[in-house]
Amino acid sequence: MAYRVLVACKHAIDLSTVKIRIKPDKLGVVTQGVKMGIAYFDELAVEEALRLKEKGVASEVIAVSVGPADAQKTLRHALAMGADSAVHVNTGDVELAPLQVAKALREIVREVEPQLVLTGKQATDGDYSQTGQMLAGMLDWPQATQAAELNVENDSVKVVRETDAGLETISMNIPAVVTAGLRLNEARLVKMPNIMKAKKEEN
Amino acid sequence: IKPKRMLLRIIKRNQTNSNNYLSARLVSRKRPRGNFAEINTTDISYFTQILGTKNIKTNTLQKYTKDWMGRYQGDSTCVLFPTTVDQVQQLLKYCNDKRIAVCPQGGNTGLVGGSVPVYDEIIISMEKMNSIRKFDEASGVVISDAGVVLQDLDQYLSDYGYTVPIDLGAKGSCQIGGNVATNAGGLRLLRYGSLHGTVLGLEVVLPDGRVINGLKTLRKDNTGYDLKQLFIGSEGSLGIITGVSLLCPPVPKSIKVALFGLSSFKDAVLIQQKAKLQLQEILSACEFFDNSSMKLVCEHFNVKEPIEDSSIYVLIETRGSNDDHDTSKLNSFLENMYEECDIIDGTVAESGSQMKAIWFLRESIASAISESGATYKYDFSLPTPEMYSIVDAVRKELSNYPDPNVYGYGHIGDGNIHLNIMAKEYSEDLQNKLEPFVYEYTSNFNGSISAEHGIGQMKADHIHYSKSEIELEIMKNIKQIFDRNGIMNPYKVI
Repeated sequence: MAYRVLVACKHAIDLSTVKIRIKPDKLGVVTQGVKMGIAYFDELAVEEALRLKEKGVASEVIAVSVGPADAQKTLRHALAMGADSAVHVNTGDVELAPLQVAKALREIVREVEPQLVLTGKQATDGDYSQTGQMLAGMLDWPQATQAAELNVENDSVKVVRETDAGLETISMNIPAVVTAGLRLNEARLVKMPNIMKAKKEEN
Repeated sequence: IKPKRMLLRIIKRNQTNSNNYLSARLVSRKRPRGNFAEINTTDISYFTQILGTKNIKTNTLQKYTKDWMGRYQGDSTCVLFPTTVDQVQQLLKYCNDKRIAVCPQGGNTGLVGGSVPVYDEIIISMEKMNSIRKFDEASGVVISDAGVVLQDLDQYLSDYGYTVPIDLGAKGSCQIGGNVATNAGGLRLLRYGSLHGTVLGLEVVLPDGRVINGLKTLRKDNTGYDLKQLFIGSEGSLGIITGVSLLCPPVPKSIKVALFGLSSFKDAVLIQQKAKLQLQEILSACEFFDNSSMKLVCEHFNVKEPIEDSSIYVLIETRGSNDDHDTSKLNSFLENMYEECDIIDGTVAESGSQMKAIWFLRESIASAISESGATYKYDFSLPTPEMYSIVDAVRKELSNYPDPNVYGYGHIGDGNIHLNIMAKEYSEDLQNKLEPFVYEYTSNFNGSISAEHGIGQMKADHIHYSKSEIELEIMKNIKQIFDRNGIMNPYKVI
């Protein structure tokens, strides 16, 4: 039953240390010299994947990031947390929209063949909340977004979702896409030796 | 007329009650009431005339007459809220002429009973003098009223990309004027220095009503004796600070927090030494706390211990302008520490929320202790390698005692330990076991019996443990020069 879990993480603005400011040309937010790190909800997704591994549900956790060269930092953080391997789709300086990110992820999914794809419900700078959903659509997989609770029984994934109308529980068949909501879990603190190890790991 | 008399009766009743079951909690007055006038209706009318009825309070005063720890309480019947420097001048001149004792008050967050009256001194609260007057972006200097809450000042500055040079647990309530009057130290003294360096000017109203208009924004001014240094740390005994000119550092672009778990204090001393050598200009905080503190905080606030159980924990923070530079510096430091020290466990916070979680462990210790029992708080400067020995010594002194818990934590980078003893209830017996033992212990190391908390009421007759006779004599002379009638915060400090 052990699944391969793919976690998509974005290297985004660290909201808890900076105030988001709009660029003067109104075409985006200021990213120059702004502290970036793993997007808040993506980190919860990594944490959830690691917990699945600790429960014996997942056999392998692979982190993937579609982003510029610096996205490597986010991947190393995921590795330090406990992910088994990481994939970096280097987009250079190009800023991608959710649809393009979803398309890139679809290719990775085809290569990696995971049973479960986890990601955050939205990134802290774009706030789109589209990538997970689009990916599921393109793969024709079931999806559960804004997850507050995730359980895997036999070959089905049971997710409690937070919606504006209240909590909704969905049961889906593997393979599936789940996006992490605020109350899913609390990300673990990374131990120093793991940070140093992750720093040294090559592709 | 009638309401005031009733109030006095009610207060006296409370006092009797205190004597019955709260007597041990409230610290008894050390010095007898001085020869000061008792205020009457004429005085109240005068105050009302100057301030208006909204800015004078004569009932429900406990918030102002009792301190944060609930250990010191005075009998004031009147709290005044001036809103201009002119009003403060008029009030002080009047009180000086009539020999009315005055207790200046900021956020009332002090820990040595310095911010509350001892007897019936009138309280002059700076609460309503809370405007930020000016900020000069070119120099990073802000001019502010004394009554601005520290956190509010920091919020204001953050819009310009600057921050206040001090940080302490009380930031949500303490006022900048009070911080200056007590020369507050805090968590970032290691990086930004003390207020003696960052305060560039003060506006002070003297007891006789004259005002020193010293609000300059100059970084350098060697023209005669630097009088503002006398007021910084004077704890309201020489005059009332009404305005502060403060040099502020820029908000850092990169902040990192690391937490180490160590097996002995010796390792902690080594880590703080190496941190200063290897992290140098980016090191911004170096704190420690012991196992009992960590256990108490986690239990009291129901949080998980982030790293493995260790004897001593050290928190290191870096602040800089370039994240990549700081990351590589910190990573090298970590690698070196793993080679040179016996580290049980460690973690580095990557995100702001994780940093807050680690800081929470250190910043909430004081609250966890106060909320769990009767606390005796001490604040000493000791030679860094010897710092923790006082905790061991106190534990040994109290070994025959039934229940006290001893905690040691503080600013290891500054050689300053906060020693706390917590018992089920306050008792003279326990107090006598602790004092003068802890003061003598500190004095033997040539340390300070009050690193940053100040003297207040608590240590008013203990300065001699850290200062010589001639120093005390000169201090008394200075007090005479500024405050001939002794109306400013009597019974405290000197």
